[in-house]
Formats: sequence, C-alpha cells, structure tokens
Amino acid sequence: MIIRFCINGRDTELDVRGDERAVDTLRERLGLTGTKEGCGTGECGACAILVNGRARLSCLTLAAQLDGQDLTTIEGLGSPKTPHALQRSFAEHGAVQCGFCTPGMVVAAADLLARDPHPERETIREALSGNLCRCTGYTRILDAVHKVEKP
Amino acid sequence: MSHEPYDIGPARPRLDALAKACGTELFSADSYPPGLLWAGARRCGVPHGILRGVDAAEARALPGVHAVLTREDVPGSNRQGIVHKDMPVLCGTRVRHCGDPVALVVAESRDVLRKALALIHVDIEPRQTLADMDAALAPDAPLIHEPHGSNILLAAEIHKGNAEEALAQCDVVLEETYFTPAQAHAFLETENGLARLDEDGILHLTVSTQAPFRDRFEIGHALGIEPWKIRVHSPFLGGGFGGKDGATVQCLLGLAALRLPGRTIKMWWDREESFLAGYKRHAARMHYRLGAMNDGTLRSLVCHLWYDTGAYAHLGGEIMELGMEHAAGPYRVNHMDCRGLCVYTNNPVAGAFRGFGVAQASLAFEGMMDRLADRLGRDRLDLRRQNALRRGDRNCAGVTLTSSVGLDECLRRVQGHELWTTRHAWKKDAPPFTRRGVGVAAVFNGMGYGRGLADNAIAKIELTPDGRFVIYSGVPDMGQGNASTFAQIAGEMLCQDAGRLEVIQPDTERSHPSGSASAGRTTYTFGQALIKACEMMTTKLVRRAALALMIDEPGGFTLVPGAVRHLPTGKELPLTVMGAMLPRDDRVCVAEYLMPVSRDVLDTGKDFPLGFPHLIFPFAAHLVRVEVDELTGLVRVCDYLAATDGGRVLNPQNFHQQIEGAVAQGLGFALMEGFGTENARITTPDLSTYLIPTSLDLPDTQSVAVETLEHSGPFGMKGVGEVGMNGPLPAVASALSDALGAHITRAPVTPAMILELLASRGAQA
Repeated sequence: MIIRFCINGRDTELDVRGDERAVDTLRERLGLTGTKEGCGTGECGACAILVNGRARLSCLTLAAQLDGQDLTTIEGLGSPKTPHALQRSFAEHGAVQCGFCTPGMVVAAADLLARDPHPERETIREALSGNLCRCTGYTRILDAVHKVEKP
Repeated sequence: MSHEPYDIGPARPRLDALAKACGTELFSADSYPPGLLWAGARRCGVPHGILRGVDAAEARALPGVHAVLTREDVPGSNRQGIVHKDMPVLCGTRVRHCGDPVALVVAESRDVLRKALALIHVDIEPRQTLADMDAALAPDAPLIHEPHGSNILLAAEIHKGNAEEALAQCDVVLEETYFTPAQAHAFLETENGLARLDEDGILHLTVSTQAPFRDRFEIGHALGIEPWKIRVHSPFLGGGFGGKDGATVQCLLGLAALRLPGRTIKMWWDREESFLAGYKRHAARMHYRLGAMNDGTLRSLVCHLWYDTGAYAHLGGEIMELGMEHAAGPYRVNHMDCRGLCVYTNNPVAGAFRGFGVAQASLAFEGMMDRLADRLGRDRLDLRRQNALRRGDRNCAGVTLTSSVGLDECLRRVQGHELWTTRHAWKKDAPPFTRRGVGVAAVFNGMGYGRGLADNAIAKIELTPDGRFVIYSGVPDMGQGNASTFAQIAGEMLCQDAGRLEVIQPDTERSHPSGSASAGRTTYTFGQALIKACEMMTTKLVRRAALALMIDEPGGFTLVPGAVRHLPTGKELPLTVMGAMLPRDDRVCVAEYLMPVSRDVLDTGKDFPLGFPHLIFPFAAHLVRVEVDELTGLVRVCDYLAATDGGRVLNPQNFHQQIEGAVAQGLGFALMEGFGTENARITTPDLSTYLIPTSLDLPDTQSVAVETLEHSGPFGMKGVGEVGMNGPLPAVASALSDALGAHITRAPVTPAMILELLASRGAQA
C-alpha cells in the first residue's frame, strides 16, 4: 500500500507491505539507523520516535500506521554539526556510554520537555522509565535532561 | 577553547558522545548494504540429546532461501572456544543445551528466513537433562562431552599455609553456603554482524565483538581457513560487558559467506535468541568456613566453590580461577584452602561477564565478614578496616601486593560519609511498616589476564597529511569509553586539541593485535603502548622540524596545538606542513607494552595453565541504604555510595560512568536478575520476564575516587571496568541483614524471599 507522511520535515511517499514494521521501514528503507532496536517487543524503548510530537515505539508500530503522520526521528532532532539542546546536553553531561539506548532516550526526553519544559527530577525519572539503559545507571541521563539549556 | 589540548585530568565529554546522541554513529547492527542476505540459526530447543537428523528439504525448497547448511557443510574443525575447543559451529551428533544450533539458513529477507527456520525438522533423541551441577556430578550422570571424560571442566585448588590446622586454633569459626544466579548481560545491541567473501579470497567481517583479533583465529580454526585471510572490523559496540568476548555470530556468518561468495550476509540475534544462545554469568554455589580470633583478626578460610559453566567451557575455568583467587576477600588471611569445581551442565553457556567470577565470591566473603562482625559484636566497617589488605601484604593467594592498594582509604571515605555517620538516626526514622538497613562491602578485582597469557597491546599513531593525528585502536570500545581515552592520552602527550585527534576502531587490517576488551585491561595496556608511540612521534616530529627549520640541535622544541615550536627562536612549523612534507612511513609510530606479572613463585594454583595469579587490583568500598516494605517485601535502594581505588583518574566523567554503570548492573544482580531456567529450558526469554533496572529502580549513585598512584599504569591509573560490579550484591545483602536481622545467602533477593524471612522471624515492627 502507498503511505504518505512527513519525516524530519520532508514529505515522503512509500509503498509498504501490510505487515511491515515502522522500525524496519526507517532503518532499512530510509537509512535512518539512528532509531535502534533492542528488543522488538516494546520493552526497551530504543526504537522510540516522535509521532506528531509524542514518543512512540517504532517496533510496535506498523509502517501503514505512519500514513498521514508527522514524524521526527533522532536524526530530525539535530546532527553533530547542529545538535538539539538535548543531544548536546547528553554529550556534555556524560549521559552517553555505549550509546545504543541514547537516541530513544533523547526522543523520550524531547517528548517530555515539549509537554513540561521545566520538569522535576522525579518527573524525568518517571518519563524515562520505559527506556532501558544497561551502561549508565541513569544518573547522568537525568542530569542531562534536567540541566538542558532551555531555548 | 577549540585549541585547548584534549588532555588528561579534567572531566571532558567523550569524543564519541555527540554522534551517538545524534544517531549518526554506525554500530555493526546499523549496516544494510544493498543486496544483503539474512542468516539465522535453527536452535535445537532440547537441552540434551542425540541428534539423529535434520530435515531441511522443505526449507531449501522455499523461494528466497539461498542456502540451508548443516554440520556436513562446515569445512574446518567445526569447533569454537577460547581455551577449550568444545563448542560446535553447527551440531552434528549431539545437542547440549536448548540454544545449540543445528542448521544455518541464508535467505533473501528476514520474513523468508523466519519461515524457513520453522520448516526445518529436527529429530533428537532426548538424553537425561543435567539441569544443575549436582545432577551433572552424580556418579551415573551421562557425560556432556564424552572426549573430556568427565562433567567436571576443571577441578582446581589454591592453598596458602595450613588452613585446616589454623581453623582448629581459631576462637570463632563460622560456616555458611551461598548461591548466586546466572545473569544475562542484556546489552541493548544484541549479537550481530555481517560477512562477505571477496573475489581475492578475503573473508570480511564486521561484528559487534570484544575480541576481533582472536576472532580471526577462532573462525579460521572452525572453518578451516587461514586466519590472515580473515579481516574483522569492530565498530563501537552497543554494550558488551563480557558477553561479546568469544564466538557468537562470527563462525556462522563466516560459514554462510563461504557458501555464497560475493554476497553480504547479515545476522542479528533477536532478544530471545540472545538470551537463549548468548553467554551468561556462571551460577555459583560457595561453601565457606571462616576462622578468626576474638580480636577480629582473620586467620583461616576453607572454602569450596562450584561454578556452572553450562553446556560449553568458554572461559569457565579461568572465571572460576579468578573467583578462587579472590575467595578470602581483600583481607589479610594467612591460611586458605580453596577448592573449585567448574561443571558442565545442560544450562545456557556461561562465559565472561564483568566481575569475572569475583562478583559471585564477593557475596560469600563479605557475607562471612558481616556474620563475623555480628558474632564478635563489632562494627562491620571497623572489622573490615582492621583486616584490609595494605601494600606489601600477601593476599589470600599468596601474591605480594607490590602495586597500589587503596582499600583502607576507600573504607575510610565511607566511614566518614554522612550516609554512614547518620545511619542510626536514618534507620530510626523508618516510616510505618518499613524497615531500614545500611550495608557495606569491600571488594577488589584482579586486573589483566594474569600470568600465563601475555597481556600485550600494540598502539599505532599516524600524523595525517592534513596535520591531524589518527590513533589506530586495537581494543574495541563497547561503551566504556576507551576510544575517547586513547584520544585523551594522545592529546596529553602531543599537546593537541580534540579537533586534531581521531580514533579508528579496531580493524585487523589497519590496527595491531592488542588483545580483547576485557579484564579491566583496555586503557591500562593499550594506554601504555600509546604513550610510548606518542613519545616516539614527538621525537620524530622534533627531529624533522629541526631539519626543516635548519636548526642544528633538536633541543628546545615543543609541540603546541597544530604545530611544532622552537622555543629559542620562536619559529613554528605547522603540523599541516609536516604532514604534507613527510612520506607515510615516516608519519607512523608503533609501540607495544606488556603488562607486568607477579614475580612471586607460588607453590599453588598449578591447575591453572593461564590466568593465575594477578598482580594489580583496583579496590572499592560500597555503602547502600535500603528500605524494606514489610507488607509487600519490596526493597527500595535509597542511597548508594561507591568509593573506588582505580589509581589516578584520567577523566572523572568516564571514571564515574564506569562505577555508576557497574553499580546499576550489580543492583540488578542483587535484587532482580535471576536468569531463569526450568529443567535447563529458559523461562526468562525477554525483557518483560528478565527484568533489568529502570530509572525508577535506582538511586543517584554517588561515586568517589580514591586516587592512589599505580606506578606501572598510564599516568598512574588502573582499570575500574569490573570492580564496581562486585560491591552491590554483598552491600545489599549486608543492608538487608541489618534491616531484617537475618543473613542473606542467595541472590537475587526477591520480595517473596523477604516476606518469608519476615514471617520466619516474626514481623514485629
């Protein structure tokens, strides 16, 4: 089926299969490998993307469900040359180790900050609790979100 | 700011962090070259049996299937393993655990692959399942590896003094048995890689691996090809923790690539396959008898350790060795008799995991210290300080500690910390139906390979034609940050800013063999080699600059960001000019370093061909405050403090990252993570049944560095990748015994266990 969506500000049209997962569409067909897959069953959060501004798990989303949506992946938030404030904050605060959970973590944090620009630390803890990290112990991730430069 | 040297000492953001945060760093899993094929293994699903046949006809007939391979298709020895070559690439006659692969499918797409795998019919005659070590050690138990002649992979002893005799003379003798579970590494990026056989006969692999140079030999041996015809590249890993040290996808990928020359083959285990077929921490049982004098002096330890290595050896013997070498803890104990058995079972394969055998023994020796303190009416921390190893002491294996020993200072930091000094008031303030406890633990972890296996690294650095420095790393970065630290070492030595430093991830074609990313050795060994290479580079650049500037003596030169400067004349030669001026051979420096080993000649540990003993130890003292809900049995970790002696800290940010991460993994080990099996079949196949800590489960860990000076290490450091893992379980056990008045002997400590303890001791508030 043909689907149309806007991804990272660009209108896109794709022919997808009915059973195609959004995470595969992004990674394999659009080359957006910043979105990671850590479990494939909605437990780790590494595949989070923004759908109309809200964090959604692309491993549990069918490509067909993207039709008509406005999507932002980690690549759409910023790049090393022009990073998003959260991306810069993650790097500066030591919130990145292996980095495989980081894109999903940043996406979840972006969702939170859009709704609550000045969250308490415990609110951040709650908001990121669906994103697993095996390297950090989360302290510096919470720091990065808490101390992010506000626009 | 941009010209500030990327030097040693300050907390500097890692060079890899921003690209990772932007999703532009390419992990091995992120590669999808055009025309790639997908490979997958058919897992046998039976814990123990005779493989009678594999019927792949239907799978082969499925459109889109390029190959279905079985044992007969494996050209070489078909055997993998780091020390013992006992693990088949594809099983031919026997299966030894549920994750054993019996066929390899290569298909057009993942969909076809999934369908084809389901169409392979396997005929297995089940044999008695040896689901635990007792079953495997029974006299009539079938042999899991018949050529080995026993289900005991390794039986070993470490002796010091006369332990039984000394025990008889002790004022106090305590006895206890401890159990620790299998644990999954649960890295976010599961095992994966790509392979392609090129026209020139070179087999190219890109793998999420901790040991690319060893992989070449493993693949060559298993598949019957020359190791030098294999090229392995390891990009940044999405986590490793030991679980990617050894064969995972490598030989299967190589086999597929050999069958389909010119095609790129990708294999990526899903989470369930990773849990089923990936390595685990060894489940262990530890029986301890500890003797001490009334004044608190430890005297003698007699202990037996059993480690369940599962179906294959991996590094089981070496892992048990490290546990045994640490069996009496970081204390002066004059007499020890430690016996270990590493046992084959039909459980998932156990292998290397951060804390390498010591994370298990830490529960036992620290549990005994708490018991002893309680028996003698002593403060738990004081008793540890009284017995803490100091430099010049012999440890329990008999090795003289000639290197840095900061344990007592770690304990002192904990003792002076307000989390400790306010503990009584804090406990008293427990809300209704809640109990509070404060626990401590002292731990250590031998660094490096130990004697018998050269812990060597070879560093290469190149000045590029455009005046930058490229470091060719020989040891993978699985997230611990060594790549960036290598840049920092070069930045310090050559006085260059981050923009002029680049680290190339290990590639057997471009970098030099430097061992595995493991054993807390990565920065230590490669770092020392890199320092030497940088010294050579400095000498070289100064001499060439002297020539170019027509200055007849090389004194008075120094490197500054972007240039070589002659101080007496003020003349400068930009690195861009030097890079353009010199031929490639003259722009490269290579140097190597060999980690020192203990010179003590010990009349023990002779069962270990390699890895015994160790010379250099990071130490740590941990404190935890926990709250127990009397109604639900839930344990909340309220505060955590880790004081770590890792020698001098090269970058505080990286240092604390390692400690905080290890503590998180250790708290999982203590309270949540029991890798489940029932009759050797896994019962925790995903992250909703195998729970690892989330942001809600962990406190903000406070990490404190005790900066001793490790004279042998680069800038005085020693590796801290492992030691932080060993503290949380014994510290939590200590805190729970403080809260509940009952000693913890088994991990993970579940709410059900807490409720049982409360019930058996009367739940009076």
